[in-house]
Amino acid sequence: MANVIKLRKGLNINLKGKAARQKFSSGKCAQYALVPDDFVGMTPKVVVREGDTVKVGDALFVNKKQTDVKFASPVSGVVSAVVRGDRRKVLRVVVDADKEQQYVDFGQKQVASLDGDAVVKALLDAGLFGYINQLPYAVSTTPDQKPRAIFVSALRDMPLAGDFEFELEGNERDFQTGLSALAKVAKTYLGIGAQQTSAALTGAKDVEVTVFDGACPAGNVGVQVNNIAPVNKGEVVWTVDPTAVIFFGRLFNTGKVDLRRLVAVAGSEINEPAYTEALVGQPISSLVEGKLAKTEHVRLINGNPLTGRKCTTADYVGGHTSEITAIPEGDDVDEMLGWILPRTNDFSVSRSYFSWLFGKKKEYSLDARVKGGERHMIMSGEYDKVLPMDIYGEYLIKAIIAGDIDRMEQLGIYEVAPEDFALAEFVDSSKLELQHIVRQGLDMLRKENA
Amino acid sequence: MNFLRKYLNNVKPNFEPEGKLHAFRSLFDGFETFLFVPNQTSKTGVNIHDAIDSKRIMSFVVIALLPALLFGMYNVGFQNYKAAGALADASFFSMFLYGALQVLPKIIVSYVVGLGIEFAWAQWKGEEIQEGFLVSGIIIPLIIPIGCPLWALAIAVAFAVVIGKEIFGGTGMNIFNVALITRAFLFFSYPTKMSGDAVWVANDTIFGLGNTLPDTFTCATPLGEIAQGVASNASLADMVFGFIPGSIGETSVIAIAIGAVILLWTGIASWRTMFSVFVGGAVTAYIFEALGMTHIAWYEHLVLGGFCFGAVFMATDPVTSARTQCGQYWYGAIIGVVAVIVRVMNPGYPEGMMLAILFMNMFAPLIDYCVVQKNISKRMKRLTNK
Repeated sequence: MANVIKLRKGLNINLKGKAARQKFSSGKCAQYALVPDDFVGMTPKVVVREGDTVKVGDALFVNKKQTDVKFASPVSGVVSAVVRGDRRKVLRVVVDADKEQQYVDFGQKQVASLDGDAVVKALLDAGLFGYINQLPYAVSTTPDQKPRAIFVSALRDMPLAGDFEFELEGNERDFQTGLSALAKVAKTYLGIGAQQTSAALTGAKDVEVTVFDGACPAGNVGVQVNNIAPVNKGEVVWTVDPTAVIFFGRLFNTGKVDLRRLVAVAGSEINEPAYTEALVGQPISSLVEGKLAKTEHVRLINGNPLTGRKCTTADYVGGHTSEITAIPEGDDVDEMLGWILPRTNDFSVSRSYFSWLFGKKKEYSLDARVKGGERHMIMSGEYDKVLPMDIYGEYLIKAIIAGDIDRMEQLGIYEVAPEDFALAEFVDSSKLELQHIVRQGLDMLRKENA
Repeated sequence: MNFLRKYLNNVKPNFEPEGKLHAFRSLFDGFETFLFVPNQTSKTGVNIHDAIDSKRIMSFVVIALLPALLFGMYNVGFQNYKAAGALADASFFSMFLYGALQVLPKIIVSYVVGLGIEFAWAQWKGEEIQEGFLVSGIIIPLIIPIGCPLWALAIAVAFAVVIGKEIFGGTGMNIFNVALITRAFLFFSYPTKMSGDAVWVANDTIFGLGNTLPDTFTCATPLGEIAQGVASNASLADMVFGFIPGSIGETSVIAIAIGAVILLWTGIASWRTMFSVFVGGAVTAYIFEALGMTHIAWYEHLVLGGFCFGAVFMATDPVTSARTQCGQYWYGAIIGVVAVIVRVMNPGYPEGMMLAILFMNMFAPLIDYCVVQKNISKRMKRLTNK
């Protein structure tokens, strides 16, 4: 029987437009692009030129600081553009896809016979290693420091997030192979939700399964790490997206890089929200074509509404994108005297609104308005209610704002990722940009400790 | 409401940096966000936000204060008619109207002076107007005696807003509760206008309402009488309902309890703080009663004076109270203890709530420091035990 950890803090936001467990086809596209920004904290060095021919699995760019960390092309074809932005920052590397895909053969491997170093080498060679993130700093990791442990969270519980159990159907063998491979590197923990019943999760081998019973953000891998064994200064733990585990498993089972994943296309502005199979790097336009309820005053999000980035149809499915969501932008809404009206269509954890009256089943269509001005931190205890970690959130945020590095370390900044503060940012009545603040703090420390 | 929105959009350019009315930008912003929820959308971080904002929170605190305010108005009239011996002829309405006319100038002075400084400050700093003073501005008239002159009130409010709040960085950064600083300023600068026997009952007529009382008329609060060693003749029912002389909003336990329910139900005030103030006060008063050091029963300490008002509306101010959950228990309990100690053991001050809360405002960061330090020590220990 797996360990069960009950989390009492948290909040489920019930948004309209959840993806039905059905698949629609998003077809094949002419162009795909890999975006370096999807691999947080990594400075890319492009290793292809326009006009080069690449196969699936050939590196498009590498980590400049550690060049053995490559990033594989999701498709085969001709590199048509290396798009750069301000100060020559690489925005994306675009590949015109071949009709018939050519794969680099990395050779099938029996994971059981490999050791940890061989697993890491195989992932590095295939350009998949960069899909592993790490704590501290919540960035794409490098192989120079051996991890203390590896954490995989199979629970996606952010609002409108794609259901991993649905994605897992048909990929159970690859998922298990991926887990077994990671377990060769370090002790691996798999965190699952109390409602998840798939045998591939509950009965996963070679890993320690922990059931997290609680509201969002119980699925955040950072929250899970904090509740199992918090990160100490000087340590590194790897955190791996469950879909990336499937990518790893496919590599060992087939010898090929195969970056197909299931993406939920959801939200109140999407007609018939459902799942589609997409490749990493696929244009978002192909996923939402004909599905957007409106074309104006709509916010398209690469990810879920809490942690995702605002995007357009010209952007691409990211390396860690499990859902594309669309919500009303709200910039055309003029709401009079909202600070005193009942606002029954709006959601709030505060009982000064009436969300508590409608129960947990009512679905809300929230727009992207901030709904208030930014203030100093006034109310106390707001963050604590939605942060199931042994961390004093308010004090950590204040230490970051003050730029006090010693205090940040003392208050546990190594244990957090910006996404852990997403719900706190949602409920914050002072409307502070908490995820942005945490990211700044993490970057500050990373620079300091480099 | 479209015409209003259109009108605001039309005049808005005048308030932009190059516009001719730029000097009133903060005023315009304040007015615009008061009328319409800002439709500015999120740029980074979460794409959706909870509907709560500080305007909503402050408005609800003001709503929670209304029962105490309305009862206070009535009680001002009641005390005047009672002192004149004219209770039998007075209608409820005339007593309330008289009280309202007596209290209203104080509310107006408090808001005009306080908000005026806030607006000017926001304009100067190029910031948005912060809503904190909406609450302070209504609390201030409620915690002073009806006899406090308006000029003194104006000076005290100006002092509290500038020295107590703005120089620290505005709402959310202040160390002491702004309303209490106002009261403390009045209390120590103009003691004859704030305490004694002559300030608790309104003594003149307004628009023909009320009664003129002789200059020699005096009436002490029950706590004042007790401090002088005189037994108060107020019944427990009067103390709970609030038909006793005292600061305008502090007398009625029932009106304050309605406010407390609103604050606790909406989750705006911390129940931990509120609860522990009462526990701290009750335990201390009980001990003093058992030792024979106080003439009144322990529960009378809780219903008399500003104890309830302070516990419900001032100790729970999130900015100046302890922020950690564990700290809030300590913070509240010590307020209760200190308030009763001052009442019983200090012959100079019949009421101790103001001093207790200000005192603990000062120590709230220290309490939090200890609580947070425990978390830090645990983390450091983990590191060394590795």
